Amino acid sequence: MAEHPLPGGATAAPSGAPAPDGGRRSSLADMGKEAGLAAFVALMLALPMGGFKTTEAVTGLSLTFRPLFVLVAVAFVFVGRIVLIVLRERRGAPRGDGGPGLMDRIARGASQGSTTIGIVILAIAVLLPFMPFSSRYLIDTATTVLIYVMLGWGLNIVVGLAGLLDLGYVAFYAVGAYSYALLSTEFGFSFWICLPLAGVFAALAGVLLGFPVLRLRGDYLAIVTLGFGEIIRLILLNWYDVTNGPDGISRIPRPTFLGLEFTRRPAEDITAFHQYFDIPYSGEHRVIFLYFLILGLALLTNVFTQRIRKLPVGRGWEALREDEIACRSLGINPTNTKLTAFGLGALFGGFAGAFFATRQGFISPESFTFIESAIILAIVVLGGMGSQLGVVLAATLLIVLPELGRELAQFRMLVFGAAMVGIMVWRPRGLLAHREPTLLLYGRGRGAA
Amino acid sequence: MTQAASRAAADNGALLTVEHMTMRFGGIVAIDALSFEARKGEITAIIGPNGAGKTTVFNCLTGFYKPTIGRIALNHPSGTMLLERMEGFRIAQRGGVARTFQNIRLFGRMTVLENLIVAQHNALMRASAFTVAGLLGLPRYRHAEQRAIAKAREWLDKVQLLDFADWEAGNLPYGAQRKLEIARCMCNDPLLLCLDEPAAGLNPRESAELNEMLRSIRDEQGIGLLLIEHDMNVVMGISDHIVVLDYGRKIADGTPVEVRNDPAVIRAYLGEDEEGDLPPVVSDTMQAQPEATDDNTEMA
Ligand SMILES: Nc1ncnc2c1ncn2[C@@H]1O[C@H](COP(=O)(O)OP(=O)(O)OP(=O)(O)O)[C@@H](O)[C@H]1O
Ligand SMILES: [Mg+2]
Repeated sequence: MAEHPLPGGATAAPSGAPAPDGGRRSSLADMGKEAGLAAFVALMLALPMGGFKTTEAVTGLSLTFRPLFVLVAVAFVFVGRIVLIVLRERRGAPRGDGGPGLMDRIARGASQGSTTIGIVILAIAVLLPFMPFSSRYLIDTATTVLIYVMLGWGLNIVVGLAGLLDLGYVAFYAVGAYSYALLSTEFGFSFWICLPLAGVFAALAGVLLGFPVLRLRGDYLAIVTLGFGEIIRLILLNWYDVTNGPDGISRIPRPTFLGLEFTRRPAEDITAFHQYFDIPYSGEHRVIFLYFLILGLALLTNVFTQRIRKLPVGRGWEALREDEIACRSLGINPTNTKLTAFGLGALFGGFAGAFFATRQGFISPESFTFIESAIILAIVVLGGMGSQLGVVLAATLLIVLPELGRELAQFRMLVFGAAMVGIMVWRPRGLLAHREPTLLLYGRGRGAA
Repeated sequence: MTQAASRAAADNGALLTVEHMTMRFGGIVAIDALSFEARKGEITAIIGPNGAGKTTVFNCLTGFYKPTIGRIALNHPSGTMLLERMEGFRIAQRGGVARTFQNIRLFGRMTVLENLIVAQHNALMRASAFTVAGLLGLPRYRHAEQRAIAKAREWLDKVQLLDFADWEAGNLPYGAQRKLEIARCMCNDPLLLCLDEPAAGLNPRESAELNEMLRSIRDEQGIGLLLIEHDMNVVMGISDHIVVLDYGRKIADGTPVEVRNDPAVIRAYLGEDEEGDLPPVVSDTMQAQPEATDDNTEMA
């Protein structure tokens, strides 16, 4: 806010852009220096990571040096960097100056037509299990995607709307999963009773975490939430009497469809789904049921978020993200506003956790490591903070791409990392970053910016 | 003095009474035993050279800082409130003290209209029964929202930003952002409006419009205004009462005419050593009539 913003916003300040001819004047020496630096970094990385190879010798394992590997890597980076520099200078004007780019227009269109797109995606999702090409594997993968979509939408409340960087979201997922597992195995409560309870417990955990971190922002908040995620995991790991420690909890009851079980041979007094509908038993019934269950839960999250965004709380969250000091000067209670965001975000994480537990039938602290938090956060950030559609897109990409890349085996994570870096370079605000106003005075026809 | 102002004076109750307020930051004494009053229906200006402690006074009044010593009493219809004891956001929520910021603080990525709706947060929260009625879409909440929009519309009209209602606030021109920040305060139904250099960065025409707007807020809403300003045309033109600070200390307090002729003020503005004639701009504005003409308005 320090600079005087220009009308229209799109008009770029000339300060950052090198003069058209000034850029071309960067000499060969400069180019060599820049490429050399990149090559040096590559050398430092390649040497320990790939420069040595363990080989079996008579005396045991020994290290052999692989100069060729290092050389190739360094040469590749050096040449690649020069190509990049040349490309950059040929293009002349720096990025971001040529008005809204293609992705911006797509993002804007997607967000304005989100109702239509949403209905189309929903129709596809509902029909998916009945498609001729549908298989158990496909439905299973789709269920996993939906779990992440739901988690993404839940975290979106905290990160996208309220602007609170939460690196420990998996903690609430874990609280939900363990609440469900313990309540159902210890007390024999049914899934439909446990589900809301699991959500409530997770929300309580969210508020509990919220209290000590209220004053923190940005990086500090991220570190504390990261710690919180680890604390929860360590408690699960070490509180053996209750959580069964690293052994986890197994034989978690499966959900029932209006009391109908999905088993081939149910107990005497219980009717199974296939018996009731008088159809042959198929293992796929349960898979499809679980799929629709998570679809329903995810939709609930979405509808709730869309609605609450247009209510005073939701606008309060966004205002808090924009400027906390201004919020306080307007009499908005920052404590309550943040706690509701933490609590509601955690609530949906808890629901998703309960679903995860009932789907797997077995949970252990293994499933709730930091990498899960990182993936969920990546989904929110890549999708475009606050964008509901973006979360769907990013979750699909992040879950399906590694699945497709199974043949690539060890290069999977490399490709994944490269894709992340690429997105951060070209779309630093996320794939579909476009904020749709919560209310308009004149409707979509008018109104600029 | 205007009619409204003399009416308020007849009530003889100050809206805001600051007594012996001192604010220290480590060794720095930013405000030193400051006492002053602000009345309803009056514009009270706080002026002083850079670093005199003006913004710090606002930060103390609005709860961003807790003064080291001192009493800040607000004469609220529901009873006297001691602001130095209240939590920051409650001063705005319960006490009705609204403020703008020297370096504008809008909700940049929200629309102009949304900015004004957020300002009515507490009223809307109550109407939405803390979200429950809102989630259910009860008519009670929908009507409250309509009223909030109507109020926002009214203020947008007053500050001539109606056409920009659906713009992102961060994309507005500078002058429009300043006006929007004032409109946002007004949507909060304040009792006391504190403006930190509202004319900074405005061109002469905008500055004159601002004068007009502040006068009309004073006369029509009958609220108290506290104004920090460097632009002497604005200050001398519209203030009913001026408090002059220098190095955190109050060096003068009175009507524009009294303050303008106060030797301590002239010395503070020109420095101890300087003698003789006032530099052209300062002498111009210092000696201008309270009703400053628009064509000689200069930015301070
Ligand atoms: N948070 C703080 N910590 C330490 N010193 C501060 C703090 N806030 C203000 N000060 C000091 O208090 C003094 C008064 O600052 P203040 O911002 O109130 O001045 P001002 O009158 O508003 O000046 P300007 O006209 O430049 O806006 C300055 O010396 C400043 O450095
Ligand atoms: Mg200041």
